[in-house]
Amino acid sequence: MSQSLRTFLGFVLFAAALAVAPLVFSSGLAITMMSLMGVMVIFALSYNMLLGQTGLLSFGHAVYYGLGGFCAAHAMNYIARNKFGVPLPAIPLVGAAAGLFFGAIFGVVSTRRAGTVFSMISLGIGELVAALAGIQRSFFGGEDGIATNRVKLAPFFGYKFGPQVQVYYLIAAWCLICVVLMYALTRTPFGRMCNAVRDNPERAEFVGYSTQRVRFQAFMLSAMFAGVAGALAAINFELMNSQAIGAGTSGQVLLMTFVGGIGHFFGPIIGAVLITFLQISLSDITKAWMLYFGLLFILVVMFAPGGIAGWLSLHTPLLRGGRILNLAPSYALAAIPLAAVVVGGIALVEMAHHMLVEAASDGSKMHLFKIAIDGASPVAWIVALALFFGGAFGLKLVWPRIDDAWGEAQATGEKA
Amino acid sequence: MLQLILFSTLNGVLYGMLLFMMASGLTLIFSMMGVLNFAHASFYMIGAYFGFEISRRIGFWPGFIIAPLLVGVVGALIERYGLRRVHKFGHVAELLFTFGLAFVIEELVNMFWGKLPVDYQVPPSLDFVAFTLFDTTYPAYRMFMLATAIAMFAFLIIVLKRTRVGLIIQAALTHPNMVAMLGHDVPTVFMMVFGVGAALAGLAGVIAGPALVTQPSMAALLGPILFVVIVVGGLGSLGGAFAASLLIGLVQTFAVAINGSLVDLIGPTANTIFGELGNVTLAQIAPLLPYLMLVLVLIFKPTGLFGNRET
Repeated sequence: MSQSLRTFLGFVLFAAALAVAPLVFSSGLAITMMSLMGVMVIFALSYNMLLGQTGLLSFGHAVYYGLGGFCAAHAMNYIARNKFGVPLPAIPLVGAAAGLFFGAIFGVVSTRRAGTVFSMISLGIGELVAALAGIQRSFFGGEDGIATNRVKLAPFFGYKFGPQVQVYYLIAAWCLICVVLMYALTRTPFGRMCNAVRDNPERAEFVGYSTQRVRFQAFMLSAMFAGVAGALAAINFELMNSQAIGAGTSGQVLLMTFVGGIGHFFGPIIGAVLITFLQISLSDITKAWMLYFGLLFILVVMFAPGGIAGWLSLHTPLLRGGRILNLAPSYALAAIPLAAVVVGGIALVEMAHHMLVEAASDGSKMHLFKIAIDGASPVAWIVALALFFGGAFGLKLVWPRIDDAWGEAQATGEKA
Repeated sequence: MLQLILFSTLNGVLYGMLLFMMASGLTLIFSMMGVLNFAHASFYMIGAYFGFEISRRIGFWPGFIIAPLLVGVVGALIERYGLRRVHKFGHVAELLFTFGLAFVIEELVNMFWGKLPVDYQVPPSLDFVAFTLFDTTYPAYRMFMLATAIAMFAFLIIVLKRTRVGLIIQAALTHPNMVAMLGHDVPTVFMMVFGVGAALAGLAGVIAGPALVTQPSMAALLGPILFVVIVVGGLGSLGGAFAASLLIGLVQTFAVAINGSLVDLIGPTANTIFGELGNVTLAQIAPLLPYLMLVLVLIFKPTGLFGNRET
């Protein structure tokens, strides 16, 4: 099977998955969650155009997401007021235009240099725009934000996009378009030049390209797609507030993209889907979900800098050679201490939180993994500590074994 | 008017010195290891919380000594077992590591001390009025903060300029490989510098905690300002960091103190020209000014005011 055919089949599968998903997961929560996932997939992929493909670490990408969203919200209100015949599915184009426009303005000043200077300028611009959002109330709507109503727009083939499931399909369609476009972009000479500018700017200059111009173009396009994501978010929530434009959102997209894996095109998709899922499902269960995210991020940075996608792709040659099963015993062995570390760590954090912050009002009794425990009893603490440190020690013991199994699987692969 | 200028100058210098206590460590760490430490303001926050916890159990003065030392140990451990591991993956990975660390520290503080500000109070021994000028009183605790900051500044200068360790650090700033060749243990020097930088930030937290608000968002509020300071001053330049700290301290204090808007300045025509921005007061713009400075400096003089290296 040729490469291009496989890619084509991959996108057909992706489109099919998008189309079938609401039929399989049909609960209201699932559809809301999947709508948000679609938005975040676009946002994370647009971020990876900078970080993964052009090597630009931005701390202010939410600016373009947010401005795209605000412009889209204002456009929707304006269209609804004047009864223009523009249907809702065209609104993301407004976001794209806004992203492109602001990307061009801020790109001129920020992409003249790469590296830390770029990162710092992006941080500065991010903070500037976030601070401005608090001052310029007519555009950013102050603390309430800008509300809008997607149903007020002209119907699109009879659809008014009131029900969430219709919005999901709108987002899914835009998501598919953007993913295909962004993937296609990586296969163009321009996409290759972005990689060259990332890996060896000096050589790219010698070949006759202006690295500054390549960075600028990549930056604008990335901002454009971020604008689309922002516009879809405005449609989805029917509200944009200054939180969307702030450092928190910028940090979140960085986290998603990196955990997913910046070295592969599909990495940010995994990251966006996984993190959004965890975010929505964990935030009900524990107050410490942000902490677990942060820890996950640090662990990925320390032990798997390729992210989830990088880790998965290590296995493809083994899978193709049919030797993946050779690894199974070692993985199974490692899973036991790993589970102990995770459970012990979670128990320690949750018990400490309960005893220090909540025990004063609620008493020391608490529930953990649906088990009732007493945070004041030393037994619970000893068990948690034993799990955590025992697991860590166990991991250290089995680690060489996994290393060996890896080496063996790789070695037999090279012989074959 | 004179009163306003005098007190604003005093407060501005105080704020600037506080910034410098953190910026000095940050810029040293950056110039030695090439790491822009996103978690530096988090050490400041941990310092404040440790100080609070010790002061409510033992007293303020033991906390004043112990808390910065503890923060220094935490910093050194993080460098030894975290940052050094990530070092081989390059600068972006290091930056991301500290970014994640800042996130985790904020959440840990949230978990252990709650989201609300804690009641970290000025010790009774320093809770009196230092002097009264033009009917305005100035608290002694602020004078104590200023004195601590100046003492720390003197200590830093003496260590860097007059001791053997200082010599090695200065040499490692520019020629880390050569210093290693000469037989010095550069990784350990790095760890020490990181630890001392963290301890200084912790000290700033201990003394700033009672005067400002000790809350989980204090790191996120201050962190970006620190970057502004070291970038505007010039990365790796201690003198630049000092000047930029004072500059930003003064600019922010005066912007808050002088309450005027464009309408006040040029009359109602401002509204026709600038729209609602005409009514925005300088105090409202104050948080925006440092970032404006950052962006302008990076565009027009990327080496900063006193620096000689572009990252």
